[in-house]
Amino acid sequence: MDDKLIIQGHEFTSRFILGSGKYSLDLIKAAVENAGAQIITLALRRAATGNVANILDYIPEGVTLLPNTSGARNAGEAVRIARLAREVGCGDFIKIECIRDSKYLLPDNTETIKATEILAKEGFVVMPYMYPDLNAARDLKNAGAATIMPLGAPIGSNKGLCTKEFIQILIDEIDLPIIIDAGIGRPSQACEAMEMGAAAVMANTAIATAGDVPAMACAFKRAIEAGRAAYLSGLGRVIEKGASASSPLTGFLEMDS
Amino acid sequence: MEHRIDHMKYLPDMEVIKSDILDEVITEMEAYDYDKYTASDVSRALNKDSVTPEDFKALLSPVALPFLEEMARKAQAETRKHFGNSIYMFTPLYIANYCENYCIYCGFNCHNKINRAKLTSEEIDREMQEIAKTGLQEILILTGESRKMSDVKYIGEACKTARKYFKLVGVEVYPMNSDEYAYLHECGADFVTVFQETYNSDKYETLHLEGHKRIFPYRFCAQERAILGGMRGVGFAALLGLDDFRKDAFATGMHAYLLQRKYPHAEIAFSCPRLRPIINNDKINPKDVHEPQLLQIICAYRLFMPFSNITISTRECERFRNNVIKIAATKISAGVSTGIGDHSGEKKGDEQFEISDPRNVDEVYKAIEDAGLQPVMSDYVYV
Amino acid sequence: MITLNGKENKTYDNLNELLRENNFRKERIAVEINGVIIKKDDYEITPIEDGDTIEVVAFMGGG
Repeated sequence: MDDKLIIQGHEFTSRFILGSGKYSLDLIKAAVENAGAQIITLALRRAATGNVANILDYIPEGVTLLPNTSGARNAGEAVRIARLAREVGCGDFIKIECIRDSKYLLPDNTETIKATEILAKEGFVVMPYMYPDLNAARDLKNAGAATIMPLGAPIGSNKGLCTKEFIQILIDEIDLPIIIDAGIGRPSQACEAMEMGAAAVMANTAIATAGDVPAMACAFKRAIEAGRAAYLSGLGRVIEKGASASSPLTGFLEMDS
Repeated sequence: MEHRIDHMKYLPDMEVIKSDILDEVITEMEAYDYDKYTASDVSRALNKDSVTPEDFKALLSPVALPFLEEMARKAQAETRKHFGNSIYMFTPLYIANYCENYCIYCGFNCHNKINRAKLTSEEIDREMQEIAKTGLQEILILTGESRKMSDVKYIGEACKTARKYFKLVGVEVYPMNSDEYAYLHECGADFVTVFQETYNSDKYETLHLEGHKRIFPYRFCAQERAILGGMRGVGFAALLGLDDFRKDAFATGMHAYLLQRKYPHAEIAFSCPRLRPIINNDKINPKDVHEPQLLQIICAYRLFMPFSNITISTRECERFRNNVIKIAATKISAGVSTGIGDHSGEKKGDEQFEISDPRNVDEVYKAIEDAGLQPVMSDYVYV
Repeated sequence: MITLNGKENKTYDNLNELLRENNFRKERIAVEINGVIIKKDDYEITPIEDGDTIEVVAFMGGG
């Protein structure tokens, strides 16, 4: 299959990025496998002492780790977290999350752009989480971002593609993979995102809080594949109901002139 | 066979800017096979909110012609969305017709025996005063292409004079370097139009035999240099009928599209000239660009870049102009002469081409109103 | 005394000793001492001084 997701030269066949928050370790492995996900996000926190189980023990081999900078409220903090995450030794990918609003968890585009510029120069594969704004997306691209990750709706809200029109603008105007992150609550919303031309979809809460986590992971996988296939095959015509105007606009033309 | 200079090689005084746009436009244009598009490709393109380059190709293909009425309706809707019912009025002013280029299809070409003239600064002032009396607030200054006879300073002084009388000044002159565009901008010009004529460089080479215009890539990159020089907006066109008009129209659109993406703040405009008879040479005939094809191209430009200005010049007749402004054109000239010194009644130099619509400003103004549209002289304010 | 992950802690001779005694798995963590990230290759030779502020971090679940 030739339709690969390419992020700064790294190739993936899955367009489903799975978040690992809000559920227990034993379920994570099943979720990853059922989702067919090749990229998993992680947070960086103070390590617990003692021989405790670590999430990395539950993630299958070959999956790309995407640490996020959650907890950072500004560029400086995001950069610090990113450098620490890289030092753990699991690759160069980083998802920038700069959030200084604890009610809605909306990202700060300005700080995100600053962090992107610093980290891109240090060789990270930068995937910034952002509020869909075309100007900010252009700045992120110029700063060296590898993808753009606009939110569909506030984190954890499961409200779907509230920012649909603005995400479409990003898809139409920015030459980078647009990965919709946050707010996707149902497989149908993930499918819709892919039909629009998104490069990939990220979901966390929708799977973590489902009745049957592995089954929901699988449902999302199928929805994302369906949406992508629909996009690639070219969506068909919507037949408009209604009358056509009385006199033709092109009646004035002289065919031989 | 005379030795002609390499048309793809920059001359020593020509600024070279790094740009991928030329390669991408030419590659896409060469790959454009318009016969492979189907009615359902056109249908799909007409159904989408946002037209991609691939859709644009379908809209320009022969199979789209039966959809012309639908294209016109959609183009009209897009124009209304972005421009309301405004139609901008302007006039071109040719201040000199000296030319060092030998473009075999053009009335000003250096080997054509016509009356050559160049207006003095007093004459320019007088011409502009006469034009301003008609109520127009936007002017387009043109010269033939001669750095010697109409040097950059001469054009700059004309722009300064124009700012005395007009709110908006455009120039359609020989391509120059970005620092020269910056100078013209300082003198008061905001818009630069350069017609690439044809984007087929092999064909281009056979049509432009002498002079700086022969250098294809320097002409191509003019708009980008203009933007780098601080110009607000740029205009694009191919002279339809010189070569394969579908490929040329496609390349024109792609050129504008890629420049827009690179410089999101720039304003984009299209012109859509067809070849017209010139003095001493009426052997050139448009190749299959009849009115339906011309309208198809104009609608395709509108659908591909809905926010761009589309100008309809007096190369076209009254009937065509009156109708196309209802559909997709947003800018129309009036009171036009392509000769030198004609507006003040003291014609010194011969015309570039015959015009097909001699109506004055009042007549065009009324025609716009009769069409239910709003004539606009200028919506610019300098702060 | 040092500060380890925000809490007061007894001091150690070097980083390796700290990691060993707390059962931190080297391949699962990263370490920052007084705001400076320590390269894994240097853990053996990194001394710990009185008053140092040390952060030991690892990945957890997150979105």
